[in-house]
Amino acid sequence: MTPILEVEHVRKSFGGVVANKDVSISVPPGKIYGLIGPNGSGKTTLFNSIVGQHPVEAGSIRFEGREITRLRVPQIARLGLLRTFQQTRIYRGMTCMQNMLISVPPSELGWRSVYRRSSAADERKAEDLLRFVGLHAKRHLPGGDLSFGQQKLLEFAMALMSEPKMLLLDEPTAGINPTLINDLLERLRQANRDFGITLLVIEHNMRVIMELAEYIYCLAHGELLAEGKPEEVQTDQRVLDAYLGAT
Amino acid sequence: MKLPGARQLALPAAVLAFGIFLPLLAPAYRTQMAFLWVMIVFALTWDLLGGQMGYNSFGNVLFFGVGMYACVVIQRDVHLGYYSALFLGMGAGAALATAVAALIGSGLLGLRGHYFAIGTLGIGIAAAEFTAGWDFVGGGSGMVPPLYPGAVGARESFFYYLCFAIAVFTFPVLRFLYAGRFGLAINAIRDDEDKAEAMGLRTTHYKTTAWCVSAFFLGLMGGVVGNLLGFVDPREIAFASSTYGVWMVLMAILGGKGTLWGPVLGAAVFDVTQELFWKYLLGWQRVALGLLIVVIVVFFPRGILGWARERWPERFGQRAEEPAAEGGT
Amino acid sequence: MENLRLLFEAPPLSLQILLDGILIGAIFALAAYGMALVWGVTGIINVAQGELVMLGGYAAYFLYRAGIHPLLGVPVAAVLLFLLGWGLYRTVVFRVVDKDLFISILATYGLSILLQQLTNAFFGADVRTAESGFGTLVLLGGAVTIAKIKLVSFAAALLSGAALILFLKRSRMGQAIRATAQNARAARVMGIDTDRVYAWTFALNAAICGASGALVAMTWIVHPYLGLPYTVRSFMIVIIAGLGNVLGVLAAALGLGVAENFAGFILGAEYQTAFVFGLLVVILVWRRFWLARERRYLA
Repeated sequence: MTPILEVEHVRKSFGGVVANKDVSISVPPGKIYGLIGPNGSGKTTLFNSIVGQHPVEAGSIRFEGREITRLRVPQIARLGLLRTFQQTRIYRGMTCMQNMLISVPPSELGWRSVYRRSSAADERKAEDLLRFVGLHAKRHLPGGDLSFGQQKLLEFAMALMSEPKMLLLDEPTAGINPTLINDLLERLRQANRDFGITLLVIEHNMRVIMELAEYIYCLAHGELLAEGKPEEVQTDQRVLDAYLGAT
Repeated sequence: MKLPGARQLALPAAVLAFGIFLPLLAPAYRTQMAFLWVMIVFALTWDLLGGQMGYNSFGNVLFFGVGMYACVVIQRDVHLGYYSALFLGMGAGAALATAVAALIGSGLLGLRGHYFAIGTLGIGIAAAEFTAGWDFVGGGSGMVPPLYPGAVGARESFFYYLCFAIAVFTFPVLRFLYAGRFGLAINAIRDDEDKAEAMGLRTTHYKTTAWCVSAFFLGLMGGVVGNLLGFVDPREIAFASSTYGVWMVLMAILGGKGTLWGPVLGAAVFDVTQELFWKYLLGWQRVALGLLIVVIVVFFPRGILGWARERWPERFGQRAEEPAAEGGT
Repeated sequence: MENLRLLFEAPPLSLQILLDGILIGAIFALAAYGMALVWGVTGIINVAQGELVMLGGYAAYFLYRAGIHPLLGVPVAAVLLFLLGWGLYRTVVFRVVDKDLFISILATYGLSILLQQLTNAFFGADVRTAESGFGTLVLLGGAVTIAKIKLVSFAAALLSGAALILFLKRSRMGQAIRATAQNARAARVMGIDTDRVYAWTFALNAAICGASGALVAMTWIVHPYLGLPYTVRSFMIVIIAGLGNVLGVLAAALGLGVAENFAGFILGAEYQTAFVFGLLVVILVWRRFWLARERRYLA
């Protein structure tokens, strides 16, 4: 089966620092894959490269078999590849409902249909998704009024609203109350199961990623250090060394 | 499409009635009253860009001036009857202003927020300087539109109602834009343009549309004001950056930017304030204006409606509900 | 375009324009550096920058009227504007330092209008000059003339800039300023009073604008509406050179001075400010296309 995302020999540097050196990963459709590595290993840079935030110096990135290396962020988003942000980005001045309603799949915002009001179906879908992440009661509050954890959930709900084929999640549990993490994990799994969204997740929380992912890539110093099933990666000495700070 | 209920129609109806009967109340002030509607259009069009979309433009007066000149040039050179020439000129002004917006928008709108704002700082002045050196449009002396053919006193009423009509036309168009997903899109651009792009929104398209809509109404109004005042001067009237250009910004912020009625309210309040300044602070009115901007931006940036929205969020539809019978946080 | 033809037919004319451009460019560099300083440290784009320059010019002018040589006006204007800058910070600017960039742009825009109109109301719109009485230098057998005051101003501008840079490098406040520019929160944690740093930065910027304004009054003219073109020039120079790049600022400023002078000659002096504003748009748009190719967004 063709992987939904193929990253081959990607290289990206900033000034003199090589953030990604010859990184290759591949994600089959419908799976939940993980991307781990100590701070500064180039995980977010890789995400940025994949979604077109910056050009890469070498390598190729393919989504659903189609070359996206040279495409820009909005174009890649319209192909169904979305990402969430480490610092969590939502539209703070708009209400949660409005955040959701503007996150409908871009194909529904044609040059004429964009001037129409949101349909009742869209509103129902938004409400359902907000209920799914537990924000229904707050749907008429401005996004900026939500707590950090709630904003993360909103961002996730917005991503789901867009019906992406694949979602890159950058540290989805960071800053979330530990008691709520299991809830969020369950929602991620549900999104993957029920909506068929492929997930590639950057995580620092080892317990979370080991539970969630079916396969894990580990980066260190910009290079792919190890990969494999969670049990394998967990016990891989190189990975342990990388995390324990052997520079 | 949901038809507005009686309550929602009350306010617009009141304003309409007010506008229609106003000139009958104090006929001596019809030109000043006409300016109320001009100011409303200034504020609404600025807010579309600045308040709703986050692109603060200091150069919108460019479109006003372009419209004014186009109209008066047509009136001068096209030999039709007065009204035909006037309306053709207005249309040409609106069209030309929109074209200019589309043209420079392709460049300027690619700039992020503050670069865009600063980039627009000198546009009005540059246009004024350029026009002042162009003999075809009268250079520094400006132009004089043809005389109104009606009876004495009919002129002020005619142009009053024309300004009023344009304002009345502008409002529902913007309301329509804000009600649809386009309104959400431009708010998203304002709140986080990178996020909007990352979600696949066609931001360039929306930005250009907003810019062109603003330009259209400003261009339309330009021709009317040129005829209303009876004189077109490049620096003081057409591309009046230090008066109209500044007022546009001020009124929208004063009333509450990012809302539909805010700019209208701000324009009304400011129109009165400005008349008072000009009457009682002669010589110092522009100083007072500068001071007013600083005070409002620093101490009252949310404006009247913004303040109201914070005070009574439920009135504006922002409320938290009880979780009730649903599983979840 | 006969003026353009003249340039080709009489090369010394080009030299003249080039020299004049370079000489005034140093003054632009001074104001630009101040803007970069405020922007880098406080994050504020000071739209009132040009008005501070203009006021410095008026200070020098009034000193000249009082019988004091305008060259002395440079330090005096610097001191006076320092105080004004401090005052403006303490009354208005401090309130917008940590807010949205738009609020600070709008606030300084309001200040620029206020200062401009106050000057107009008090002193009238007439154009003024502060005569230095230095005479002209004649070169190449009369083909090129340089007002000596322009040479002196050039030197004075470079000196003032050097003085500021030295202050920033050596003094304690200067170090505090640079620390805050790098990381305000860390600076606070280290015990630096960032509010005071911001006040100093803004006041220093005002001082440097005052100095450049005094030089402008001597080499050229002042009037209440001088401000906006200077703000725009400073901004252009800063975005071309980047925030931390002193030599880049100088080079860009000299380049701008030359470009502007040629444009003024070819298009006519009345189009010179239009040229400046138009150039700003061109530079911003070109820069955006250049960045888009690198696909990097700044801030």
